[in-house]
Amino acid sequence: MDATGAWSRVRRNWPVRVGGAVLAVLVLVAVAAPWLGTVDPTLFDAGSRDLVPGKVGEITTLDGEILKHTFWFGSDSFGRDIYSRVLYGSRVSLAVGVLAALVSLGFGIVAGLSAGYLRWLDGVLMRFMDGLMAIPAILIAIALVAMWRGSLVTVVVAIAIPEIPRVTRLVRSLVLSIREEPYVEAAVSLGTPTWKIMFAHILPNTIAPLVVQGTYICASAILVEAILSFLGVGLPPDIPTWGNIMAEGRPQFNLYPHNIFIPGAFLAVTVLAVNILGDGLRDTLDPKMARRL
Amino acid sequence: MSVLEVRGLTIDLPSGGDRRHAAADVGFTVDRGEIVCLVGESGSGKSVIAQSVMGLLPRGLPVTAGEIRLEGEDLLRASPRRLRELRATRMSMVFQEPMTALNPVMRCGEQLDEVLREHTALAPAARRRRILDIVREVRLPDPERMVAAYPHQLSGGQRQRIMIAMALVLEPALLIADEPTTALDVTTQAQILRLIQDLQARHGTGVLFITHDFGVVAEIAHRVAVLCLGELVELGPRDDVLRRPQHQYTRMLIGAVPTLKPHARPADAGAPVVLATRGLSKTYRDRGWLSRHREVHAAADVTLEVRKGQTLGIVGESGSGKSTVARCIVRLIDPSAGEIRLGREDIASMPQSRLRALRRRVQIVFQDPYRSLNPRRSVLEAIIEGPRNYGVPRARAIETARRLMGLVRMDPGSLARYPHQFSGGQRQRICIARALAMEPELLVADEAVSALDVSVQAQVLALLEEIRERLQLAMLFITHDLRVAAQVCDHVAVMSQGRVVEYGPAAQVFGSPRHEYTRALFDAAPGRDFAFGAA
Repeated sequence: MDATGAWSRVRRNWPVRVGGAVLAVLVLVAVAAPWLGTVDPTLFDAGSRDLVPGKVGEITTLDGEILKHTFWFGSDSFGRDIYSRVLYGSRVSLAVGVLAALVSLGFGIVAGLSAGYLRWLDGVLMRFMDGLMAIPAILIAIALVAMWRGSLVTVVVAIAIPEIPRVTRLVRSLVLSIREEPYVEAAVSLGTPTWKIMFAHILPNTIAPLVVQGTYICASAILVEAILSFLGVGLPPDIPTWGNIMAEGRPQFNLYPHNIFIPGAFLAVTVLAVNILGDGLRDTLDPKMARRL
Repeated sequence: MSVLEVRGLTIDLPSGGDRRHAAADVGFTVDRGEIVCLVGESGSGKSVIAQSVMGLLPRGLPVTAGEIRLEGEDLLRASPRRLRELRATRMSMVFQEPMTALNPVMRCGEQLDEVLREHTALAPAARRRRILDIVREVRLPDPERMVAAYPHQLSGGQRQRIMIAMALVLEPALLIADEPTTALDVTTQAQILRLIQDLQARHGTGVLFITHDFGVVAEIAHRVAVLCLGELVELGPRDDVLRRPQHQYTRMLIGAVPTLKPHARPADAGAPVVLATRGLSKTYRDRGWLSRHREVHAAADVTLEVRKGQTLGIVGESGSGKSTVARCIVRLIDPSAGEIRLGREDIASMPQSRLRALRRRVQIVFQDPYRSLNPRRSVLEAIIEGPRNYGVPRARAIETARRLMGLVRMDPGSLARYPHQFSGGQRQRICIARALAMEPELLVADEAVSALDVSVQAQVLALLEEIRERLQLAMLFITHDLRVAAQVCDHVAVMSQGRVVEYGPAAQVFGSPRHEYTRALFDAAPGRDFAFGAA
C-alpha cells in the first residue's frame, strides 16, 4: 500500500467524490458569501420582520441606506435576512468542524504516540484520558463559556477536549500493534533514535485511520457546535451560526418553520457529506474495513 | 472408477492480473485408496483447484472450461443444495490453520455433532457413540475430555486431529487436505501424516493432498501432480517424479530442496569468537496483585559462541526459545540473566545509551519479508537509515546502498521504489542489504528463509552463504527446518523448551545425534529417505 496507489483508489471512490463535491460547494459558498447577494447578516430592520421565503422587502444598512432586497429564505423576528445568516453561518460551522478535528487529532496523536511507545507513561496518561472522557462535552462548554466568553476558540476547545481521549485511544492501539512489526524492530537494531522511530516509522502508518477518524470528529463537531449555540452556550447570538438561527426561530416555529428548517437542512447536508466522505475514505484507506477487496 | 476426476479444468483470474488463468487445462484423477499430492509454489493455483472441487471458489474466479467429477457426478453442474449434501458426506476438506477452521466458541464435540445432525438421521445416543469412535480413531487421548473441550484448550496437533475427525466422520470418498501440516511442528507433522495415511488406507478414502513441501510428498504420496503457474507440468507415480523428474520446472524444484546431509566445510577452530553467550536466560513473570506468580522460562542457561566467518544454527520447534535467544542477542528484548559477549564487552545488561554504539555490530534479518520493511518508506530510505543514524554523509550512504543492491543481486535502479513493488524473495534481499549497510560483524537470520518458496529459498540461502564467505561474517541462523540448517551451519545447537539440548559441529549433530530429542526431530523430518538436492 503506497501513497500513490491509495490516492488513486480514493479518487475513484464514489462516496469520496460525492461527499467531497458537496463539501467543496459548501466551502465555496462560505468563502464567497459576501458576493452571493447577501447583506450584513447582523443587520436589523424593524420593517421587514418575519417575512416568508422569497418575499421582496427593504433593509436599512448601518449607513442609513435603504436597500431593496429579496429575502430568499425569509427573515427572522428581528428582520434579519436568514439567507445571509445561513451563508455566513456556514463559515462558523466549517471552521469549527475543521479546527476541532485538527486540534483533537494534534493532541491525540502526541498523547497516543507517547502512551503507546513509552510504556512508563502509558498508565498515567491513559488514566488521565479516562478522567477527561468522563466529563460531558456540554458541561465543559458551559464551564468554559462561563469562565471566558462565548467565542470560536472557546467552542473549538470545548468540542476538542472530549475528543482527545478518543483519538488518543485510537492512536495508542495502532501504535501498540505497529510497534511489534518487524520493521520497527529492524529500526531499533539499526540504532534509530526513539523519537525518529515514533515519527518516521510509526506515525506515517497510522495516518489512514486517523484521516478517517478526523472526518468523523469534524462531522460531530459541526453538530455539537450547532447544539451548543442552540442551547445558548456556544457563540454569542449576534454571530450568525446555524445553531443560533435555529434558536431564534424556535419560539415562532409554528408560524415560521423556515427559520429552523433551512439552517437545519444545511446542517444535515453538511454532516451527511462529511460522513459520506469519511465512509469512502475508510473503505479506500483501510482495506480491512472495506466490503470488497 | 476414479473417486475424483478433473478434466481440462480452467479457472479465470480477474483481468488486470499478471496472468489470465488461475488454472489452465488441468486434468488428473484420484482413485479409491490413493493419495495424490498436488505440489507447487505459492501462486501455482493448487488451493484454487481444491476450492473448485469443493465448490468454494470465490465469486471473482469463475470456472470457464472443463469438468470435475466426484464418483461420476459432475460437480460443476450440481446445484448449491446438492453440493451442500455432498460436502462432508462424499467429500470433505482439512485446512491449513486448525485454529481458524474450528469455531472458537463451540466445543469440539458440538462441532462434530453438527456434521452428524446435518447429514444423518442418527439418534443423539448413536451420534454420541459415533463421535467418540471417530475421536478415538484419530488417536486423541481421553476422547471424553477432547469432546468437551473448546478449540483453544487443545494443541495445534490435537486441533488438526479434530479437523480430520470432522472430515472423516461420515466416511467420505474424497478427502482434500490443503497444507494440513504446514502450520505444525515437524514432530507433530510426522504424526498427522501417519494418521492420514492410516485412516485413508483403512477406509479406502481417496486423498487430494496439497502441499509445497517435497519432503511431505516423499512421505505420503502415491502419485504426484506438479503445478507451475496454473499449469500441470508433470503427473506420475511418486518415485518417478521425485527420482526422475521429466519437466525442467520439477527438476528445478526438487534440486532446490536442501539435502539433510550436512555440508562438508572445514571450520577453522581458531577463528576469533565474535559473539559468546554464557548462561543466557529470559524469564517472563506474570506479576499479578492477587494471583499466584507464574514464571515462563523462554530461554534458560543458553551458552553458545559464534566465530568469525562461521555459521551457528539454532534449531528447534515453535516455543523452543530459539527466537528469544536471537532477540536477546540483538537486544530487542532484555535478557533476565547471563552474559552476551560481543568481542570484549558484555551487552546483556548494557544501558541503551551505551548499547547504541555497539548495535551496528549485530544486525538481524526477520522471517516475514512482508512486514520487515516499512511500507511507507522507499528501499533507499530503508537501506541508508542505519548508516545515517551513525552520521555517515547521505551521499556516501547512497553510494553504499547502490553497491549493496548489486551485492544482493538487485537492480540499483530500483532503490527509489517501495517495498510493495517487490516479491517476497526480493524483499528479503533488501532486508539483507539493509543489515549489511551497517557493516555488522554478526548477522542474525531469524527464520529468514522460512516464508519463502523453495526455489527462492535456495537462492537466498546461496546469497547468504556467498556474503558470509566474502565478508567473513559470523552468522547466527535460527530455523525450524533441519534441511536448511544442514545446508548452512558449521555448528548446530538444538533447543527444546528453552534449553540447548545438543550443541556441536553440524556433521556430528546430524551424523550421530546424542540427545533423544534431536533423534526424534531427525526421525520426524519428512522425506529423509530421499536424497534431495543431489539432482
